Amino acid sequence: MPFSFKKRSVLPGFGLTFGYTLFYLSLIVLIPIGALFLKSSTLTGSEFWATVTAPRVLASYRITFGAAFIAAFFNLFAGLLIAWVLARYEFKGKSILDALVDLPFALPTAVAGIALTTVFSVNGWLGKPLNALGIHVSYTPIGIIVAMIFISLPFMVRTVQPVLEDLEKELEEASATLGATRLQTFRRVILPVLTPSLFTGFALGFARALGEYGSIVFIAGNMPMKTEITPLLIITKLEQYQYAEATAIAAVTLIISFVLLLFINWVQWHNRRKYSL
Amino acid sequence: MPSPISPAPAKNGPEVRQQTPRARMRDAVGEPPWMRRLLIGLAILLISVILLVPLAAVFHQAFAKGVDGYIAAITAPDTLSAIRLTLLACAIAVPFNVVFGVAAAWAIAKFDFKGKNFLITLIDIPFSVSPVIAGLVFILLFGAQGYFGEFLSEHDIQLVFAVPGIVLATIFVTFPFVARELIPVMQAQGTEEEEASISLGADGWKTFWRITLPNIKWGLLYGVVLCNARAMGEFGAVSVVSGHIRGETNTLPLHVEILYNEYDFSGAFAVASLLAFLAVITLIAKKFLERGVRAEIKAAENMVPEQGALHS
Amino acid sequence: MNPLKNNFRKILGVAALGLLAGVASAKNITLLNVSYDPTRELYKEINKSFISGWEAKHPGDKLTIQQSHGGSGKQARAVIDGLKADVVTLALAFDVGVLNTQAKLVPPDWDKQLKHNSAPYTSTIVFLVRKGNPKKIKDWNDLTRKGVSVITPNPKTSGGARWNYLAAWGYALRQPGGNEAKARDFVKALFKNVPVLDAGARGATTTFVQRGIGDVFLSWENEAYLAVNELGAGRFEIIYPSVSILAEPSVAVVEKVAKKKGTTEIAKAYLEFLYTEEGQEIAARHYYRPRSEKAFAKYKANFPDLKLFTIDEAFGGWTKAQKKHFDDGGEFDQIYVK
Repeated sequence: MPFSFKKRSVLPGFGLTFGYTLFYLSLIVLIPIGALFLKSSTLTGSEFWATVTAPRVLASYRITFGAAFIAAFFNLFAGLLIAWVLARYEFKGKSILDALVDLPFALPTAVAGIALTTVFSVNGWLGKPLNALGIHVSYTPIGIIVAMIFISLPFMVRTVQPVLEDLEKELEEASATLGATRLQTFRRVILPVLTPSLFTGFALGFARALGEYGSIVFIAGNMPMKTEITPLLIITKLEQYQYAEATAIAAVTLIISFVLLLFINWVQWHNRRKYSL
Repeated sequence: MPSPISPAPAKNGPEVRQQTPRARMRDAVGEPPWMRRLLIGLAILLISVILLVPLAAVFHQAFAKGVDGYIAAITAPDTLSAIRLTLLACAIAVPFNVVFGVAAAWAIAKFDFKGKNFLITLIDIPFSVSPVIAGLVFILLFGAQGYFGEFLSEHDIQLVFAVPGIVLATIFVTFPFVARELIPVMQAQGTEEEEASISLGADGWKTFWRITLPNIKWGLLYGVVLCNARAMGEFGAVSVVSGHIRGETNTLPLHVEILYNEYDFSGAFAVASLLAFLAVITLIAKKFLERGVRAEIKAAENMVPEQGALHS
Repeated sequence: MNPLKNNFRKILGVAALGLLAGVASAKNITLLNVSYDPTRELYKEINKSFISGWEAKHPGDKLTIQQSHGGSGKQARAVIDGLKADVVTLALAFDVGVLNTQAKLVPPDWDKQLKHNSAPYTSTIVFLVRKGNPKKIKDWNDLTRKGVSVITPNPKTSGGARWNYLAAWGYALRQPGGNEAKARDFVKALFKNVPVLDAGARGATTTFVQRGIGDVFLSWENEAYLAVNELGAGRFEIIYPSVSILAEPSVAVVEKVAKKKGTTEIAKAYLEFLYTEEGQEIAARHYYRPRSEKAFAKYKANFPDLKLFTIDEAFGGWTKAQKKHFDDGGEFDQIYVK
């Protein structure tokens, strides 16, 4: 089978594997997602627009995107710090720390949700002291941010850590020999190399947090206009038998995540080319 | 050339103080000890507050009614049937995604074609799609009011609100894991060994079994472990298609929610602790497998210069 | 090693069977009762009694009754989307009604199929407060006071919460000089005092009882008793307002499904069992107000007198109430969207 869009190769199996990939991808992902768009297209253009720009929906975008952005921003620093410590220093218990970073990958979101709610509620381990300081976490936007930080932290650490480990010491040494202070070396030498991975980690964590549902509903309080996230709004629409409206909002969030992902993959691809040349 | 891969930070540790020129140089590019300690302390604090405390809370609450209460909760018939269903869903979903992952990685990593980024992004979709949407799409397709609803009910086939729907939703949310893990490993390994094998007269399957598979086995296992962990823990998507029939369509995470809603908090956390325990096992397995994956990539990278020379 | 391997084979076998799907065996009868959140304990006991009665009368039958619980609206949607329920026992008539309007799963006159509007037991909305009633909450008008924090689930997703909302609205209508505008302001002021909107009744109870949030919890009468007796003995009190709504949780045979499964007869018998003295007593024991005067008299201590108005009297029925108050852009949405 001649694939004109593909470079020639002596290896066999492209037709089979590529074909199967497309087949399975269509079956599991594309057709179901297509059904979603098909359903949302039963709305007229103006109905669609009215649904996805209703005040409560707009508020939920603000909350979801805002909280995801803040969480990703927090993780930019927390993740860099943890990745730095894990990549550069040796100390007792490091491997435990290293393993723990992946906990949010492995822990079911519902379990994370009830655990976080328990810990941060007014009578919880962390909620009590925080409450005494006047900081309310559970049932406020802060709760949403906390849950999002929890689930997206590993994305930042795990994208930055390998880059830090691969970073060639020679560059830093050269910088130091040339009389740069440590801070200057960090800013001028290390940070530019890290930037693409920091960006990728940020975007990955952001994308992950946008879709999160299981852990957030427990801790958010779900107040319309205040702590109601977009996935919850989709569920609410569903429960009122407004399938088309629910799919319209879902379609909007899907397109946004897709564009984000495409952008991330493009940046990664771009970097690979830059560094491998 | 010093290997860029090995972290080799052991020499950097505060306890190593021999003043070789190299070590002096290291000091010049490292941070002062107080700074190091501060950073380590901060990292430990962050990880403890963000990650360790919730994990500890799960186990603490799980044993709120003592060991007997714990054992009673995790051996209750409904819990056992939830465990069975969860294992079943994983036993189907993971192999499906493994086959897909290997095929996709082969096509993407071993060949050059247009639109590769777009294809990878399509594979990534389930990863960032809200689980709620993941469940919803299957209702839209296979629900009684869905596009295939009438056809299915005429033929008495029940997909959603039954085991097949749960399996489908699980496959959807864990779709990218194996593929995404294998693609970079296979990309790093290039195509040279396989090309050699083919030119020596082996066919494609033989080449795959004898050359490729041994090279990617750690990466594959790693993908399987991640895929499995995610499959067992999925809540949002499965919740939409489950129907919540006690003892029949409740997976472990759903059972946690049910117990929680029955005010059986220690029971809920006991079942949750099973999942948390599984998460810990996953982390250990992951840690172990990571070494293998790194070795694979490293072995591959040592070959890269020659290969580059060949191609350019 | 071996047993593991065997198990794995078994799992694969089950998997294969599972994929074949939907082949039920004929001798065993399985009923699925899709219900709302707070009825788990009630139906556990109902099922036990009904099964032993049925199997005694029909030797050879092996009856299993499965339960599914969740928010009332969510459960109705699952049934519409294909959850094979033989019977539904939901929180309000509207959620059963949509089974007819959306999917023709029940006949249009489903609420005439059984006595008392097909609602075998009733309940009402009461206040659960913390021990000693520190905020001195006596009636609905106390809920709008400054500094009083009120817990209720979200009326959009919870059946119980719709009763809460309508009870408050109905109270305001019944005050001297009460009218729609005043009721709207009253309910708005009440929801200004609500800090958390859980999706379901059970989540809201947890918020109030376990998390310690709020001064007063608007609750089903039966849920309030459960909280007082089992969750936090001695930590809570029930306050009966001057007037509340008569909540009629509705039941129906999902005829289309039952017909196909051949369970119509037993499904009907199951729901009729709820009206028998035995069923009524079980309901009363679980703090649902029984329709039977005998059962009511026996458990009278559990059900203090209060003035109850029905949804038909105050709102002209569920369809109207739903449209005016809970549909998108309705009165409830207006509270939050300026």
